[in-house]
Amino acid sequence: MARSKELVHGVGRLSRSQVFARRALYKGQKKGETPKAAEPAPTKEVTVGGEKNGGKRLVPTSKASRFYPAEDVPQPKKSRKTANPTKLRSSITPGTVLILLAGRFRGKRVVFVKQLESGLLLVTGPFKVNGVPLRRVNQAYVIATSTKVDLGDYKVDEKFTDAYFAKGAKKAARSAEEEFFSEGKPKEKEAFPESKSADQKEIDKAILASIKKTEHLAKYLKASWGLSKGEYPHQLSF
Amino acid sequence: MSTQESNFQRFVEVGRVVLLKAGPHSGHIAVIAEIIDHNRAIVDGPTTGVPRQSFPYRHLTLTPLKVKALPRNAGSGTVKKYVEKEEIVAKWDSSSWAKKRAAVEKRRTLNDFERFQVMIHKKGRRDRVRKLLKSSKA
Repeated sequence: MARSKELVHGVGRLSRSQVFARRALYKGQKKGETPKAAEPAPTKEVTVGGEKNGGKRLVPTSKASRFYPAEDVPQPKKSRKTANPTKLRSSITPGTVLILLAGRFRGKRVVFVKQLESGLLLVTGPFKVNGVPLRRVNQAYVIATSTKVDLGDYKVDEKFTDAYFAKGAKKAARSAEEEFFSEGKPKEKEAFPESKSADQKEIDKAILASIKKTEHLAKYLKASWGLSKGEYPHQLSF
Repeated sequence: MSTQESNFQRFVEVGRVVLLKAGPHSGHIAVIAEIIDHNRAIVDGPTTGVPRQSFPYRHLTLTPLKVKALPRNAGSGTVKKYVEKEEIVAKWDSSSWAKKRAAVEKRRTLNDFERFQVMIHKKGRRDRVRKLLKSSKA
């Protein structure tokens, strides 16, 4: 595995990215185990000539090498660094209205629900108001406004984790034909899982009830945000 | 020499109320207490939080208000007395100029949702005006 020959102790000939390219792990880890070969017996019996030699003797099947490294083998240093958990911006609290700046729903105003383990923010439109589903977003691509939707003591279900949003591993179709057509007809779209749409409704119910209490708030969430002439984001207060 | 009246209405003169447009007291009004030269004057605003200081004309705007009969080079106490007697600050605050400035300032501090509400209300006003106009014409 040592593709990067050491120039000096701890310094390889290749850079980290060069090693990465050569290891070619981006092609995917190799999977599947090769069947183990049956281990040969460590010793075997041989007959020895000579009277006083006992006739038979146990001898190792493979003779140990006469050479062994006299110097210590350098061990790579173990890194003690660990990634810190992402800090949530202080202006973002449950119920904060956020403006999405990137992705499919850019310009939409959404309600922040909670922060997930990975540091991503769980947001919802609510779906009924502006069509933004329960979604994970990076807080870097978000403007936090000072407007808050009062969520009261609403408890978010524990099941909303990063795993909830992960897509299941799916085998790639063998051909484009197979991917989009079946029996000469375009494949029907897979229906949105009912459990997920129920989850969406469940979470939005509490939020919608509190949105209704403030005049124009639903309209505000439905409208998308943008800059017009002479408006500069660094001069606006949100 | 003819004694033709000037076409100008506001002059740099002792007692002229000015609006400061630069520096830490930008946006406040003050009174000219003394003229230093053709570039600077001593302004004083004891009731508006502007300390007595020299101020260049390029960084102030003359207002139509004037403190009448303010003596030349009056100290802060005298300026205060005159300003309070003539209610200069109240006059300034009730002027449309000051009101407009306050409105602009207010709009600037609105947050995103408040801006949206302003937009909604302006739309509503436009709609009402249009409908009224149409009904009155018919």
